Amino acid sequence: METILFLAHTEADGSLGKAALETLTAAQALATGLGAPLLAGLIGGNVQPAANQIASCGAQRFLGVAGAEFAPSRYSTDSAAAEALAKAAAATIVIAPATSRCNRVLAGVAQRLGGRIDGHVTGATTADGKPGLTRWYYRQRMEAVVQRTRRPWFILLDPGCSPAWSGAAGTASVEAVAVALTAAHQRTVVTGVQAPASDAQTIRPDAKLLFVAGAGWTKTQPDGKTHPEEAEQLILGFLGKAKASLGSTKSLVDLSGEGQAVLKFMTHLNQVGQTGSTPRHPKGLATCCHGEEPHTVGWRFINERRAINLNANCSWAQGKADVLYVADSFAVMRKVNELLAAK
Amino acid sequence: MPTAYQIVVCGSLVPDPLQTLEPVATPTGPALKNEMMLPAVLDPWAGHALFEAANLAKQNPGSKVWLVSVGPKAKLQQVMMTVAQKVPFELIAIDGPASGFAESAEIAAALAEAIQGIAGLDKARLLVFGGWESASRGAGTTMQMVGERLGIVDQFQGVDELTVQPDGALRILERIEGGKHQVSTCAALPALLGWATGNLAEPPNNPQVGMLNMRTVMPALQRAKALKVANDGVAFASVSLPKQRRETKIVKDQSPDDIAREIVEWIGKE
Repeated sequence: METILFLAHTEADGSLGKAALETLTAAQALATGLGAPLLAGLIGGNVQPAANQIASCGAQRFLGVAGAEFAPSRYSTDSAAAEALAKAAAATIVIAPATSRCNRVLAGVAQRLGGRIDGHVTGATTADGKPGLTRWYYRQRMEAVVQRTRRPWFILLDPGCSPAWSGAAGTASVEAVAVALTAAHQRTVVTGVQAPASDAQTIRPDAKLLFVAGAGWTKTQPDGKTHPEEAEQLILGFLGKAKASLGSTKSLVDLSGEGQAVLKFMTHLNQVGQTGSTPRHPKGLATCCHGEEPHTVGWRFINERRAINLNANCSWAQGKADVLYVADSFAVMRKVNELLAAK
Repeated sequence: MPTAYQIVVCGSLVPDPLQTLEPVATPTGPALKNEMMLPAVLDPWAGHALFEAANLAKQNPGSKVWLVSVGPKAKLQQVMMTVAQKVPFELIAIDGPASGFAESAEIAAALAEAIQGIAGLDKARLLVFGGWESASRGAGTTMQMVGERLGIVDQFQGVDELTVQPDGALRILERIEGGKHQVSTCAALPALLGWATGNLAEPPNNPQVGMLNMRTVMPALQRAKALKVANDGVAFASVSLPKQRRETKIVKDQSPDDIAREIVEWIGKE
């Protein structure tokens, strides 16, 4: 008999974030499919608001590790808390959102408890009464269905893979789980978050559109010159008006890293593809992107895809985009920005 | 006075990202078609970790860098011919699979055992580096398990920057959601850092470094311990390539104005 523990951390305001609520949906489905009890384990400065938020989720018990020491996202304290919760729940399957906080810590907890872990999971299912999961290998280039007999089994579910749970709030009774900390647990101090200025923030995970800029933006244009300044204005102008998130090909961010006068706002954080991220957005617009199949994994998880490219045979688009506009991205995006500004 | 760090970098090899990959079923589980024939490179994020380690060691005299690598011996040798020309390190080779389908817990156990076997290991000076994810398994789980096996509870993942403060504490920037970084300070070693991209460009080849490294690389390869990964308790019900190929509509001979109007309309649709 399996016991499913939905494990999550609270946000700064004590609530559960979108990724956690998505994971709760998957945890519920797993518990239902296996006929297994569902428990909730929460970590944070104060977990009561989060427990109340999901009071009607069907969890048989709400376990919590709370306190000022557990507010920051830190390996030493988070691992101690997650270990205690998994033990208190006697969980055989622990499913948690693949946030940076959970990603940092749960593999270590699996090691401590003699369990196994799968990260970047895209789906948890049941078949013939057995749990299984899907995840990608070789940077989103092949997909596998994995089953395990070893327990506890830790599963980190990627954001965007399940609908967010949306039940009624209520009042949950949280069982406090004690965790003894020593000075060694607090050698690391989280001092803050470093973020670009709000008008310079180009990565927006919740955006409806991913705008992918390729190295073509920095290449010589028909007038025989490069126009990086105009490219910057067009791209940033579009991002601001469309509230889109910015992705980039590796070649373009590498150019930026090498100090060339290219797109100054572009960093490796924007990189999508083989050695970058594979974000999930409903729509994607690729501009000036070139490359072979392995490079295009950056928009593997984009639902509707369009591309603007001067080459009708470009591998970025052929067979991968729904629509390919064979055109000059500068000219098209100039007009797109005009139209968006006029709205 | 600068600390003389002992920096151990864990990093394996992966197929060259430009190669076309195809899964095949074997009696021992899934593998890549013609895996041994595929050109390989050092795992990209592990490579960044190695370059950051070398940079830190250069800034702190007396420091030393080890590269602990699990992979088929022949492939390791091939990859080291390039990597060894980049930065100084001592190789500790483990002759085992570099497959993405190998169980991370078993790889972690082998890596931790190799690290513990380093003569003169001093945990008060120890930094364990690696990539935060591999380009093969891509689970982001191995390094944390290595750290646990070594008793390291100060761990950081998605690291883009490490600076040593005047008091010796480490200031670390980790990637978090939304293109931001969490800033932490770690007061004492040992610590484990799973690197993302970092800030350093790939160093150019240096034949002198290559010659120095190769003096230890070849003996390390010769004495590499064999590792058999059992993948106990794991079953792959299927491994497949994404089959979906889209019917791309090619729009030619349309003016930029018309294309722009179509795109704006498409963006606005729910």
